[in-house]
Amino acid sequence: MSNNTKTKSMSQKRFASNLVVHIILSVMAIIWVLPLLWVILTSFREEGGSQVNYILPKGYTLNNYKNILTDTSIINFPKWFLNTFIVAIFTCIFSTFFTLSVAYTMSRLRFKLRRTFMNIALVLGMFPGFMSMIAVYYILKGIGLTEGNLKLVALVIVYSAGTGLGFYTAKGFFDTIPKALDEAAYIDGATKFQVFWKITVPLSKPIIVQTILTSFMAPWLDFIFAKVICGADTSCYTVAIGLWSLLEREYIYKFFTQFAAGSVLVSIPVSILFIKMQKYYVDGLSGAVKG
Amino acid sequence: MAIFGKKKPSPFYEIPVTEALTKGDILCKLSAIVMGLSNICRKQIIKGLIFLAVEVAYIYYMVTFGIGALGDLITLGTQEQGTRLNPETSLMETVFGDNSMLCLLYGVITIFISLTFFFVWRETVKSGYHVYILKREYREIPTFVDDVRQLFNKNMHKTFLFFPLIGIIVFTIMPLVFMILMAFTNYDRDHPVPGKLFDWVGLVNFKTALDFGGDFGKTFWPVLGWTIVWAIFATFLNYIFGMILAILINRKGTRFKAFWRFIFVLTIAVPQFVSLLIIRTMLQPEGAVNVLLRNLNLIGESESLPFFTDVTWARVTIIIVNLWVGIPHSMLTCTGVLQNIPADLYESAQVDGANAFITFWKITLPYMLFITAPSLITAFIANINNFNVIFLLSGGSPQTSDYYRGTAGKTDLLVTWLYKLTIDNSDFCYGAVIGILIFVLSATCSLAVYRNTGSYKNEEEFQ
Repeated sequence: MSNNTKTKSMSQKRFASNLVVHIILSVMAIIWVLPLLWVILTSFREEGGSQVNYILPKGYTLNNYKNILTDTSIINFPKWFLNTFIVAIFTCIFSTFFTLSVAYTMSRLRFKLRRTFMNIALVLGMFPGFMSMIAVYYILKGIGLTEGNLKLVALVIVYSAGTGLGFYTAKGFFDTIPKALDEAAYIDGATKFQVFWKITVPLSKPIIVQTILTSFMAPWLDFIFAKVICGADTSCYTVAIGLWSLLEREYIYKFFTQFAAGSVLVSIPVSILFIKMQKYYVDGLSGAVKG
Repeated sequence: MAIFGKKKPSPFYEIPVTEALTKGDILCKLSAIVMGLSNICRKQIIKGLIFLAVEVAYIYYMVTFGIGALGDLITLGTQEQGTRLNPETSLMETVFGDNSMLCLLYGVITIFISLTFFFVWRETVKSGYHVYILKREYREIPTFVDDVRQLFNKNMHKTFLFFPLIGIIVFTIMPLVFMILMAFTNYDRDHPVPGKLFDWVGLVNFKTALDFGGDFGKTFWPVLGWTIVWAIFATFLNYIFGMILAILINRKGTRFKAFWRFIFVLTIAVPQFVSLLIIRTMLQPEGAVNVLLRNLNLIGESESLPFFTDVTWARVTIIIVNLWVGIPHSMLTCTGVLQNIPADLYESAQVDGANAFITFWKITLPYMLFITAPSLITAFIANINNFNVIFLLSGGSPQTSDYYRGTAGKTDLLVTWLYKLTIDNSDFCYGAVIGILIFVLSATCSLAVYRNTGSYKNEEEFQ
């Protein structure tokens, strides 16, 4: 009898704690999603203005999306989107190449200055990233890349030139591939390049995809370098700096709902890529070499 | 290493340059002056010609430009821009002076080119000596094609590192050296180029920055203090709450685990400049949050909470919003580690009758801290340099006139202040000093810890 009440009270207790946990999680989830929900609602809001004294829009419309995509007289969102896309593609190619080749070299090849290089990379990483931004700007200006559309080339260089230093994650992955595979190939007379190309690359799909996605996303997220390099030249803005500029005092009232629409348009592809990358990231961490 | 030096030479043994210069024949020695001579005379014609071309190009550069640039680097320009009377036309005309900033930049570039040249020169001498030995021992001399082929085999590290290294040197190291040198000049808003010259001043700027009593020091120390307070709060609160969230989601009784995880991951997935700018707009005096509070009658009809206008409010707001940004991140990292905690630890705790709190305090937390301590340090440094959150949320406001010429606001971190000093105010020398001090701060925090982690010490262990 007493045993029975004990189990009953225990299951009641468990039910109560489950209930509390789910309530906490729901409240947190609402807090976390609220800003996102608010920007989506705002992007459909019919009335303009950045600050209104009510939460739910009074009318709904698709015009904000239509305007930001078609009306290019003052703000040229499609151009910004295209700029970012072009910059992202080239950045992606170069930085993937840089990151992976440095990572492979550090992981697999042994040469004299290897440790030195890794220590220097570590030290360089401790300087604030944009401390040297002004100097980079003047170097690019010296080469003549700060005029017109060449600014996009400058952006690609800025985003990809230093990526060789960010080799640590990929190196960690290459380290997990058993060296015995390489040695077997060397015994069969393979060159180092063949080992890299025919053995390591096919086994490294997770880290390659992750590197590609990360470097593709960088230009969509950065606005500091874009701001310094593009200055006031709105025709070469990327989406990040473009949307940021819509919140300047002279634009914010008129364009706030369009800003919201643009943000939603940018966030959707970036979020999808990020969530995809998350999957590879987890795979990469759990050591994906099988067999 | 040195003890075994004689018995077991390093696997990367190379001929020292001094040996090449002393033991080689006359052609080897001449190679030090006419680069590539030894190679050309010993059938490595293409290789030798490449070396020679590098030398010619370098000499041409130095004669036409480089030597002058090095001179300018020492003086940083002598002719100041000004106006003078032209005796022929009797009109005032502008005399264009030297641009100290360009003097510094070109000087740094010339030094880097010279270092690169020195490196190539060493390679030339070694290569000349190497081919001399091969010839003397009647061994086969590799042709140019052989050398190229080796770039994909024995020397593959050179091929793989070539382009990334150029990128790193030209666009990371060189600019960094340029900025570091700037810390030793007086390139501030009172010496704008090209109108005025600036000059080397030694360590004066560091003294100014660290001086408690000075105008600049009175800004530096409070900003440093807030940076550290911020980094501590941002790191540890995010970590603890992220871990609790991960535990709540992963505990046995929780339903819809994937759903909860998705919700929180979604907020990381949205670009920070979108989510933070949205939150900034929502927290304005007339923004959505204040409107909501008014509609719920929690504050008066025309009242608004001073999220970014009151110093304390602004600082607390930023730390709380950063929780919104950071908790999902640490939830993700913690989830993986949590799942690796041995289950029998929990079972024995349950047998001993420990409640949830004690289990967390005695098992989960120590285990997590043990595993994730290095990543905590990384997070701490990342927070010292957390530009985005401050810049996008408050932009450093509330502004204050207590701080050096109003360049910093009360929520500015050292990094955002560095940004404002260089980009908005042209106080480049002070910006550079701040950058170096941030580096010192991060480096001292991390080097000791990093060198003690197993993954650095036992790098080869798992291979």
